[in-house]
Amino acid sequence: MRNLLIIISILAFFPAMAANAGSREDIIAQLETLAKADDANFSGFDAKRGEKLFSAKFSTGKPETPSCTSCHSTSPKNAGETRAGKAIDPMALSKTSDRYTDPKKVEKWFRRNCNSVLGRECTPLEKGDFLAFMISQ
Amino acid sequence: MKNNKLLISLLSLPLLATPFVAIADDDNVPPIKSLIVLEECGACHLAFQPAFLPKASWQKMMGELENHFGEDASLDADSITEIEDYLVANASRQKFRGDKAPQRITELRWFKKEHNDSEVRFMENKYKVKSLVDCAACHQGAEMGIYDDD
Repeated sequence: MRNLLIIISILAFFPAMAANAGSREDIIAQLETLAKADDANFSGFDAKRGEKLFSAKFSTGKPETPSCTSCHSTSPKNAGETRAGKAIDPMALSKTSDRYTDPKKVEKWFRRNCNSVLGRECTPLEKGDFLAFMISQ
Repeated sequence: MKNNKLLISLLSLPLLATPFVAIADDDNVPPIKSLIVLEECGACHLAFQPAFLPKASWQKMMGELENHFGEDASLDADSITEIEDYLVANASRQKFRGDKAPQRITELRWFKKEHNDSEVRFMENKYKVKSLVDCAACHQGAEMGIYDDD
């Protein structure tokens, strides 16, 4: 009986898991399409470039937030903290497994935080690199 | 003696009449009952109860989310409308002296009075409070609008 319950639970969750995984791939695929449109020589996203973007300090955005690390801590595997003192779940997919599955949410936070940190929207290449880094972590 | 105390209390009421006293008894305010307000406003900070500020404050704030206290907190138009409607409907109806659309709750007269320097420094050390807007660091029931635990 207990085994049956476990199996039912797994089956019940499977479609949800599959749907999540699917939309994460969709988000990347969409960004790839946009990155190719920007640059015909685009050859894929790069986690190393994403890591650099995550750690870089900018002077073009709002002075309160010169870097992603201002709020997200210097390691994607650590929890961050907003300027108002609220905890932020780690950015690394290995630590927060439901991240990067809702395209609207992903776009909302890229728009806000790229504006805050860089003073402009991020390019599809930057977004894809950033996600590649976080997914690899 | 008891009557004297009562008299003194009654006489001092006008002096103590701050927005905070008027919006709620015992330092408490009605909790937020809108999911979108809790989720969107609460993403970065405690979702401050609308009764802390007047209607004009919320309207101004929701009109300039691109620069929300030094961060871009922009939202889609539908969400802005829904959130603003809720904040305005539940805003303080008290008359605010001076700035008619104050933005920072922490700079309101009653707030400063209730969070004087030595008390705040003590709390900062005790609870490692990062910012005065982190109400829940000291007020455990802040999310429910309960602030009378000090």
